[in-house]
Amino acid sequence: MAGPPIYATTPQRIWYYGFRVLCGLIFFFLIAPILIIIPLSFNAQNFFTFTPEMLRLDPDGYSLKHYRDFFTNPDWQQALWNSVRIAPAATLLAVTLGTLAAIGLSQPHVPYRRAIMAILISPMIVPLIISAAGMYFFYSRIGLQGTYLGVVLAHAALGIPFVIITVTATLVGFDRSLTRAAASLGADPVTTFFKVQMPLILPGVISGGLFAFITSFDEVVVVIFVGSANQQTLPWQMFTGLREQISPTILAVATILVAISILLLMTVELLRRRSERLRGMSPG
Amino acid sequence: MALDAGNRKTDFVVFDRVQKSYDGETLVVKDLNLDIAQGEFLTMLGPSGSGKTTCLMMLAGFETATHGDIRLDGKPINNIPPHKRGIGMVFQNYALFPHMTVQENLAFPLEVRKIGKDEREAKVRRALEMVQMQDFGVRRPAQLSGGQQQRIALARALVFEPELVLMDEPLGALDKQLRERMQFEITRLAHQIGITVVYVTHDQTEALTMSDRVAVFNDGKIQQLAEPDVLYEKPENSFVAQFIGENNTLTGTVQEINGTVATVRLDDGEIIDCTPVNVSRPGERTQVSIRPERVEYNRDRLSPDAHTIHAEVLEFIYMGDIFRTRLRVAGNEDFVIKTRNAPDQRRLQRGETIEIGWLPEDCRALDA
Repeated sequence: MAGPPIYATTPQRIWYYGFRVLCGLIFFFLIAPILIIIPLSFNAQNFFTFTPEMLRLDPDGYSLKHYRDFFTNPDWQQALWNSVRIAPAATLLAVTLGTLAAIGLSQPHVPYRRAIMAILISPMIVPLIISAAGMYFFYSRIGLQGTYLGVVLAHAALGIPFVIITVTATLVGFDRSLTRAAASLGADPVTTFFKVQMPLILPGVISGGLFAFITSFDEVVVVIFVGSANQQTLPWQMFTGLREQISPTILAVATILVAISILLLMTVELLRRRSERLRGMSPG
Repeated sequence: MALDAGNRKTDFVVFDRVQKSYDGETLVVKDLNLDIAQGEFLTMLGPSGSGKTTCLMMLAGFETATHGDIRLDGKPINNIPPHKRGIGMVFQNYALFPHMTVQENLAFPLEVRKIGKDEREAKVRRALEMVQMQDFGVRRPAQLSGGQQQRIALARALVFEPELVLMDEPLGALDKQLRERMQFEITRLAHQIGITVVYVTHDQTEALTMSDRVAVFNDGKIQQLAEPDVLYEKPENSFVAQFIGENNTLTGTVQEINGTVATVRLDDGEIIDCTPVNVSRPGERTQVSIRPERVEYNRDRLSPDAHTIHAEVLEFIYMGDIFRTRLRVAGNEDFVIKTRNAPDQRRLQRGETIEIGWLPEDCRALDA
C-alpha cells in the first residue's frame, strides 16, 4: 500500500487510515455471516455452535458427516434434483423473454415504453410475499398451482427483470447502424439478430441469465406458495429443516450453494472478459 | 429503358415525384425527381437537414417514401425490404461488425447469399487486394486505424458485387490528408469497376472533385443538378452560388434585360452589365454573383470587354500560391478576389484604390 501522500496533515492521515478501517468493517459485516457457516458445516456434533474441540483445532472436532447426510438423505437428494430441474428451465425462459423484451423496448418508436418497462420490472420491486400470494391465487384458478410448470413460470417472472436490466444496459452501447449494415449486406432480420446483434449483447444476456439462475436457485417464498411437495427445492428443504429438525446438514448445503455461486460468477466473468477482449471492445 | 451512347441505362435509378414526411405535416423531401444513369457517380450535396440523407435512406430501404415511386433498374422498390435490394452501402461510422475479423466482415454478405467456401475466400481476397488491405484479413476492426476501417467498409460494400453503392458521408471522420487520398481512391475504384455510386456529403470540395454530377439539396428540394464545372461556373440560383465555392454578392435592381445582357443598378447607384439567370423583368431585386478568381485588377490582363469598377483595398493576404484581397466594392466590404502569384502580379497595399474588372459572362444576376 502506498500510504497517505507525504504532504498530508495529521487529520488527513487519521482519515486516510480511518477510512480503510471503516471499509474493512463494512466488508466484514457483509461477509462474516457467510464465512462463519463454512467451518461450522464441518462440525462433528449436531450443533450449530463451535464445540471446544473445534476451537482447539482438534481433528476429532471436525467431520464430513453433514455432507454425507446431504448426499445420502433421499429428502435432500429429491430437493437438489428439483432445484436442478427448475432453475435452468426458469433461466432459459427468463433469458429468452427478457432479451426479446429488452430489444423491443429499446426501439425508439414503441409506444408506452416506460410503462411497459415498469410493469415488467415490477416483480423486482413489489415485496416478494405479495407477488407470491398473487401468483398463488392466480395459478390456482388456471390449474398451475402445485405443478412443475407453475414454479418454472413463477421463477421466470422473477428472473426477467434482471435480464431486461442487464440487456438494456448493453443495448445502450449497441450501434444501430450495425443492423442496417447487415441488412444492406443482404441479411434478413433473423440472421441479423443471431449473427450481429446477439453476439454483441451476449455479455449482458449472460450476466442477466446468471442473476435469473441464482434468483430461482435461492428462492424460497414463491416456491412455497406456488409449488407443492413435488417441487420442494433446496432452499425450501433448508427452510423446512430449520423449522422441524435443526440439523447442521443445512450448513453443509449452504456451503455447497455458496461455492456453486462463487464458481458460477467467476466462470461467467472470465468468459465475459475473454469475449470482450476477443471483440476488441475493451483494451487489454 | 433509355440507353446512352455507351449502351448504359440513363434511368438506372429513378426518383419519381418522391415526397417524405416524418410527422405527416412538414415535408423533408418535396417532390423529388431524379434520374441516375448506370455507372454514374452522383453526389447529393447540401447542408444538414436539406433532405439528402433521407433520400439516400429511402433508396437503401431504411425509410419509406410517403408519396411517389423509387425505381431501380426499372422495378419499383418501395415495397422491397432493404436486405432484398442488393444495394451496397458505406456508413458514416463504417459500421464494421466489431466481433468479426476483417475477413469475416467481408465474407458476411457472401455467407448470407450461400456462396461456397472457395469462391467466398477468393472474393474476399480480391476485395482486400482492391483496397490494398490484403495483410489485414485476420485483424479485428478495433485494431485498425480510421482510414483502414474505411477501406474495409468500402471493400465490404463492394465484395458482393452490387450494381449500386450508396455512401453516407463516408469520409467525414477522417483527417484532411487522408480524406483527400480516399476521395481519389473511391472515384478510381468506382470507375474501374463501373458501379453506380450515390454519394452523400456536405463537403462541397468532395462533391466537386469526385462526382460526375452533383445534386445540390436545400429545403427538401434539388436546387441544381449539374456537372461540377457547370455547378461552379453557372449556378442557377443564389443558394447554389453561395453554397458552392467562394462567391461575391452585390445586391441591386434589374433595370433592363436585353437578350443575354441584364443591366443592374447596384444599391450604391453603380450600373453594371450581367448575365441574367433567374431574373425575368425590370424592377426585380437581384443578387449579382461573381467568383473571386474571375476578378482582375492588373490592367494588362484585363480583357477589353471587361466591365470595370472602382474598389478600395481593405486587406491583402499573401497565401503562397495566391493572393487573397478583401475589397470594398459598391458598398460591400466583403468582396474578395483571388489572384495567382505570377511574376508580373502587383502586390496591393491596404487603403489603395484600384480598378477591378470582370467579364459580363462571369457576373450572374440571380434571385434576391
